[in-house]
Amino acid sequence: MQFFFEVLIGGLLAGVMYSLVALGFVLIYKASGVFNFAQGAMVFFAALTTVGFISMGAPFWLAATLSLAAMVALAFLTERVVLRPLVNQPQITLFMATIGLTFFIEGVAQLTWGAQVHALDLGIADEPIEWLLDHAGMNISKFDLVASGIAAALVTVLAVFFNKTRTGRALRAVADDHQAALAVGISLQNIWVIVWATAGFVALVTGLLWGARNGVQFALTFLALKALPVLVLGGFDSIAGAIVGGLIIGASEKLAEVYIGPHVGGGIESWFPYVLALAFLLVRPEGLFGERRIDRV
Amino acid sequence: MAERGATGAPLLEVDGVSLAFGGVVALQGVSFDVRQHEIRAIIGPNGAGKSSMLNVINGVYHPQQGTVAFKGRKRRRVDPHQAAIEGIARTFQNIALFRGMSVLDNLMTGRNLKMRRNFLQQALYLGAARREELEHRKSVEAVIDFLEIQHIRRTPVGRLPYGLQKRVELGRALAAEPEVLLLDEPMAGMNLEEKQDMSRFILDVNDQMGTTIVLIEHDMSVVMDLSDRVVVLDYGRKIADGTPEEVRNNKAVVDAYLGVAH
Amino acid sequence: MLYRETGQFKTDYAADQQLFPIRQDRIAIVVLLAVAFAGVPLAAQTPALAGAIDFNYWFNGVLIPFLIFALAALGLNILTGYAGLLSLGTAAFMAVGAFAAYNFELRVPGIPMLLSFILAGIVAALVGIVFGLPSLRIRGFYLAVATLAAQFFVVWALTKFAWFSNNSSSGVITAQKLVVLGYALDTPIKRYLLVLVIVSVMALAAKNMVRSSIGRAWMAVRDMDVAAEVVGIPIMKTKLLAFAISSFYCGVAGALYAFAYLGTVEPAGFELDLSFRILFMIIIGGVGSILGSFLGAAFIVLLPIFMDLSATSIERSFGLALPSGLVSNLTLIIFGALIVFFLVVEPLGLARLWQIAKEKLRLWPFPH
Repeated sequence: MQFFFEVLIGGLLAGVMYSLVALGFVLIYKASGVFNFAQGAMVFFAALTTVGFISMGAPFWLAATLSLAAMVALAFLTERVVLRPLVNQPQITLFMATIGLTFFIEGVAQLTWGAQVHALDLGIADEPIEWLLDHAGMNISKFDLVASGIAAALVTVLAVFFNKTRTGRALRAVADDHQAALAVGISLQNIWVIVWATAGFVALVTGLLWGARNGVQFALTFLALKALPVLVLGGFDSIAGAIVGGLIIGASEKLAEVYIGPHVGGGIESWFPYVLALAFLLVRPEGLFGERRIDRV
Repeated sequence: MAERGATGAPLLEVDGVSLAFGGVVALQGVSFDVRQHEIRAIIGPNGAGKSSMLNVINGVYHPQQGTVAFKGRKRRRVDPHQAAIEGIARTFQNIALFRGMSVLDNLMTGRNLKMRRNFLQQALYLGAARREELEHRKSVEAVIDFLEIQHIRRTPVGRLPYGLQKRVELGRALAAEPEVLLLDEPMAGMNLEEKQDMSRFILDVNDQMGTTIVLIEHDMSVVMDLSDRVVVLDYGRKIADGTPEEVRNNKAVVDAYLGVAH
Repeated sequence: MLYRETGQFKTDYAADQQLFPIRQDRIAIVVLLAVAFAGVPLAAQTPALAGAIDFNYWFNGVLIPFLIFALAALGLNILTGYAGLLSLGTAAFMAVGAFAAYNFELRVPGIPMLLSFILAGIVAALVGIVFGLPSLRIRGFYLAVATLAAQFFVVWALTKFAWFSNNSSSGVITAQKLVVLGYALDTPIKRYLLVLVIVSVMALAAKNMVRSSIGRAWMAVRDMDVAAEVVGIPIMKTKLLAFAISSFYCGVAGALYAFAYLGTVEPAGFELDLSFRILFMIIIGGVGSILGSFLGAAFIVLLPIFMDLSATSIERSFGLALPSGLVSNLTLIIFGALIVFFLVVEPLGLARLWQIAKEKLRLWPFPH
């Protein structure tokens, strides 16, 4: 029983990481209706840039700040070169543009900083929490707990931002209807830059946490793909959904690997989340929290 | 009023149809019939449920109550595919053309149900598949001639002006050689000349091909001129049903919709 | 002047429905086919040219992969370009084709190789139908999730279950020798001709399908499926057929990939990045265009070669040693930038640019 909880909690905490990536997607989708496939590449780029600056001698806080600046610059660039020219195109075109963006960012990141794996030390040890180990016999990492705390804080800040501030309201307006938002004087360009920069910030946090856990490497870009099942479950435009979806995917993935895996040879986490998402979609095509679309004929 | 051939027995019978979307009631207990060969107009203020009525007839919406009988067969639920097989074709308020295809291809899709060759035969394109394609091309060209759109047959419909798109959509419906044609505001957004052309086409379709037509229209002069009988809807209920003259003088209709000359 | 159609008018629908209604186009395609089927192989066998040009490299490294990728791109174009069903699982269907062909050859003694390829395509088609079933409920990006599930699941299954690879470790298989209709195809020229014939026939079939009612049904479902249903198009059958035929094409491409190109393949060689590569081919080449599949494949095959050659010549002329990985990263950057460029400037890709060029050519030397 204990083991089950250990796996479950481990899975939930891993799921928090997925939620973070999904969060970046949701932000951009909510505000610009674009499914940003490049989110994973942005995570990679942010982490790599930080690590790169650190290896050049900068202290952590400076490196992180410089990375954030790079992400904001990337947001400007993306708005100018990708979003603005494609403003009225169908969603699928924008999606494919973000695939192109992914490769572009990956190439630039590796060109600038090299392709080796970098280690990242955030000062939080990846050790079991002694208290829990002693009292409950469960092996849960300090790092995971801190990561969850950070993620929770981030989500709360974002939720407040979206729902309580003027800019947040403008973001939601843009997500609903570009033309209408323009008609009331909201500047699309500014909004998009803000959103992509915010997503860039989320990417940075995600990248640092993931990178500290698993090393900063090219494989980070494929996080984007893991976020897809999360988004399917939680809906593409819901922050709460990203969190809940991430937790569900993280937990179920680990549980499946541990309990079903051995019967079929292991390694099922490569496809299990997708099949789970697929099964889910068949029952509820718009996700747990997504909005039901009604097409008017 | 034009003199036209006698209209026949009821082809379409709507009986007690009620339709609601969540809390919003679109139609409430609507009943009327459409006789063979006639031109039946459905009029009423915006939101009266006219488009919903058409959508129920060809199965895009399923009513919670009531039935629609086509050629004597009563059903509550029918799906659009089935309706198409039975001979009901339609156009849409917001033009539902296939934007990535040419005018010719759009019209050819109207004949899809009649094409029987399977994909393997089509992949080979010898003999049977080729003959079938050419035979249907001939039928479609007849529609193209009728609607005078020869000059744009290869143009992707997305590039056409609004009025021509509406005409192409009519063409696609006609290509199916339907028994009943449901037209949802076929003249919306057209200028006077375009309306005259469209009216001529509608009358000719009814005259020459004997097609029964159910028509939603806002332009009262068009309705009065073209239709044999009119149904008036308001807030999802039927408030009048009769010839154009009867309806024009009906007090309820005047109050709800037509208004009086000041 | 050259490309005028004056005097070429059609007097019956059959003439109007031709694949190449303009005489100049017909001449051009005949010349192209002559060069491809006869000219190139003959040139490769003349001693004078064979000495100067490394034909083996061109066959093995350029023409054969170009044709095979064009076939896979055709498959993906049918599904994503014509039927509008986004698929990120192309490589998985290729893998199914490769491994199915291998297993048919292995376990059915004396089976004709062409039959193995066809059966492999059919197996891929069946797998395609299974993973295409969700498309009846799910649309757009969500469908991409289903195809991703296919992509990851298939690669995992082919690696885990040793039966597929005849119990080799990590799923590596070595394709059997190519023997078609009794002829051993053991030289690059012969392999090239086999691939050329298969791809030409399948491209013709694809072109015929897209201009017939099945093609129109696909495009109708892509453009507006509600209207398609109203017109009487059977949505389910149309979508599943798109998955089936597309996967058939990808399966045959996969079989050729293993048998006529690489020789030895493993599941890890059919990963997501290959699916993306083929998606790029149809984006750059032109979605919803048969010609586009070929143009895109040519572009994606030639670009890395061009980059390598440029890098080598820069290194030689300037005496530099460029850092390793520079070329591959630059290629990534250029790919990414090109995708965005094409989507912004010409979303219908190279095929549309080609069409525009032809239209300008019609008017040449007049401006309009």
